[in-house]
Amino acid sequence: MGIEILGLPLMYYIAMVAKVLVAFVFVLLTVAYATYAERKIIGHMQVRLGPMRTGWHGLLQPIADGVKLFFKEEIVPAQASKFAFLIAPLIALIPAFITFAVIPFGGVIEVAGYKVPLQIAAYYDTAAGQVYDVNVGVLYILAMSSLGVYGIVLAGWASNSKYSLMGGLRASAQMISYELAAGLCIIAVFMLSGTLSLTKIVELQSGMGGFDWYLFKQPLAAFMFFICSLAEINRTPFDLPEAETELVSGFCTEYSSMKYAMFFMAEYANMVTVSAITVTLFLGGWNGPFTAAMPLLGPVYFIAKVYFLIFVCMWIRATLPRYRYDQLMYLGWKVFIPLALVNIVVTGIIGYFL
Amino acid sequence: METLFFLIITLVAIVSAILVITCKNPINSALSLIMTFFCLATYYVMLDAPFMAAVQVMVYAGAIMVLIVFTIMLLNIRIDASKKHSHKLIFGSIIGFFTLLNIAFVLMRSRAAVPTGPYSGDMIKNIGHTELIGKEMFTNFLLPFEITSILLLVAIVGAVILAKKKI
Repeated sequence: MGIEILGLPLMYYIAMVAKVLVAFVFVLLTVAYATYAERKIIGHMQVRLGPMRTGWHGLLQPIADGVKLFFKEEIVPAQASKFAFLIAPLIALIPAFITFAVIPFGGVIEVAGYKVPLQIAAYYDTAAGQVYDVNVGVLYILAMSSLGVYGIVLAGWASNSKYSLMGGLRASAQMISYELAAGLCIIAVFMLSGTLSLTKIVELQSGMGGFDWYLFKQPLAAFMFFICSLAEINRTPFDLPEAETELVSGFCTEYSSMKYAMFFMAEYANMVTVSAITVTLFLGGWNGPFTAAMPLLGPVYFIAKVYFLIFVCMWIRATLPRYRYDQLMYLGWKVFIPLALVNIVVTGIIGYFL
Repeated sequence: METLFFLIITLVAIVSAILVITCKNPINSALSLIMTFFCLATYYVMLDAPFMAAVQVMVYAGAIMVLIVFTIMLLNIRIDASKKHSHKLIFGSIIGFFTLLNIAFVLMRSRAAVPTGPYSGDMIKNIGHTELIGKEMFTNFLLPFEITSILLLVAIVGAVILAKKKI
């Protein structure tokens, strides 16, 4: 059909570029408005109004913030390690975004006779009649999240400041500990699905009007995974690396202007990514009523579920105080990891006898 | 398409591998090493071994390099730019050259050049790389797998004992 470039139809390239752009713009916009939503939601939860001045009910606040940060003075500390200092914000930001490559945000839609699966790293094989995606999608997510720690470690070290170094060390210790527990929670999902492909994991959760979600089969794993992810991305109540009372601003103390904004964006992008992963693994992905008749409803359900989880993150931030550092480590190593291991054993025993 | 991609990745891999040994700052060397590991992971993907690629990034780039970066940071190594070790250059290049010859010889002549056995490329594509590794590991290679696990357990217990002041 039509023009072919290097053995692949032209539509393949167009669809790929379109998917990347849509997903990227979606995450960027969500990140921008998540900052606004966070201030607004926490404000209302604490019986305040939140931002009100810029635009109607403060709707232009993210743009104003962006412009302000953009025009601030760029400061590189004199004793900083230049290369690492400059590259750290990028290393923090990129893993947060590229995780989206394997997350399916909708079913297969047809554009001008060409079938496009709504997942960036996937294509529809017309001969086999099914979607092929990265068949180690979950491992890809784990691999990328393990790279996120470099941005923070480097930022902490390169700034050449005590607060930054302490923040960086805390952050990396926390991320490494909770990565383990989060990984063990995901193993319980593999054991049920028998596949690492995210498309298939979502497909397996499509039946029984929502009761096939892994949330109902693995409630403990789902709950623990979400909490571990919050700890991994340094959100409250686990935001110790940025504990203002102890460490000024943690690893980004010495950063200013757009480089600070990049860390800020990375934090919110991580929140979006973690919500998207939780939705895909435990909340049925893009599944919902009537998706078979109207495939475009898939992304709508997906976005609704992701936004709900982002709301939950903000809700937690408004409600819970910060943990102490030893409590955090105790929770990670002595509560979550043993519980996740028990969960794997129980899943194995039940799976063997059913 | 794949050849072009391979060439680009190879260029990045070689440049970052050279940077590992030429960078004066040990942290920058470590970063280049991470980049090299990442390129190796890309090779695994191109060889239809996605599981190996994911594990490569997770274990080498994600875990081992974090440890190395930590060590460099906490030891706070002084950057010593003035010293130059030129006398090791000749020996190093001779050893490197013979290693290269050796690798080339092995790749051209041995079984690695013509893969035989039950696992063909088509089979890996149809059944899946992860599934095949899992099946082999838990049937034919169960004993080595268990021995490795015990070895790791010993290492973990040893680390705990070393770190604890009072047992």
